[in-house]
Amino acid sequence: MPDTYVLIFLCALITYGVRSGGHILMAYFGAVNHRIEAGLNAVPIAVLSALVAPTIVAGHWSDAVAIIVVCLLSLRISILPAIAIGVLLLAILRHMFV
Amino acid sequence: MAEVRDALKDVLPVVGAMAPYSAVFGALAIDQGLTLTELLVTSGSIFAVASQYVMVDLMLQGLPIWSILLAVLAVNFRHVLYSAASVRWLGGFSRKQKALAFFLLCDPQYATCEARHVSKPITPIYYFTYAACVYGGWMISNLLGAVFGKLLGDINRFGLDLILPMFFAVLVFGFRKKPRFAIVLIVSVSISVLTFFTIGSPWHITLGGLSGILVAAVLSKPSSELEIQHA
Repeated sequence: MPDTYVLIFLCALITYGVRSGGHILMAYFGAVNHRIEAGLNAVPIAVLSALVAPTIVAGHWSDAVAIIVVCLLSLRISILPAIAIGVLLLAILRHMFV
Repeated sequence: MAEVRDALKDVLPVVGAMAPYSAVFGALAIDQGLTLTELLVTSGSIFAVASQYVMVDLMLQGLPIWSILLAVLAVNFRHVLYSAASVRWLGGFSRKQKALAFFLLCDPQYATCEARHVSKPITPIYYFTYAACVYGGWMISNLLGAVFGKLLGDINRFGLDLILPMFFAVLVFGFRKKPRFAIVLIVSVSISVLTFFTIGSPWHITLGGLSGILVAAVLSKPSSELEIQHA
């Protein structure tokens, strides 16, 4: 049905709009002042932590334990094995306590 | 081709983490009544899994188009911030390369480039090698999920549903040496959790993220610019 494809197309357009819009605005306004620079530096910390926070706080305690363990492991080993260990730990915790 | 090798090394864990999510989306979309063609057009043209869940869900509830579009905009709004931040590392790209790069600017792509550009410039070869793997893995997993969906069962049992949150948490932790890390983290997490329990998802991402950025901007001092560049 054509309506579905119109909807898909509009959603794709909105997604492309937000993914290009920020860059175009920043490039248009030219040199950035120190506050904007500081704000941009904080984007990954602020947005990614806001994304994950409810999972840690609102989920079962085993979820929070697994995520914290993976973060600590990442100090010593690379991301892929750290996450693999985290998933294994989580599967065991859920099997035992959930 | 050190750039290609670096990109492949960085993208491998991401594709592994995304595959179950993408397969589940494929399975779910077919289960809810999308045709295989509609699924592939959706994933191929939108390329943003959270908003696609929202779109399929609201579409099948029969909601008016404008409210579906508003929901998709809310879920995707964080990309405006990624896009703005990309000004600092997409400088070497041509106009056409930028136009394509924006289309491919998903969460892991942004996070990886943000972490890498501190020590090495982001080249088109690096960016598009990484993006091609994410996009290819995404489409293939979608297709596999759609075809073998019934066999997949409940992925929560295996702890796979937390792979992406784990990946994002590790990335955040990796930025701990950045200026004002602690205060930005505390503010974003507090506002995010508060929003999550009051207004509800997906506004916790937008409001939590914006408040952390605002705090960083307010606390910034002119002399700190050099410090940021070398951080």
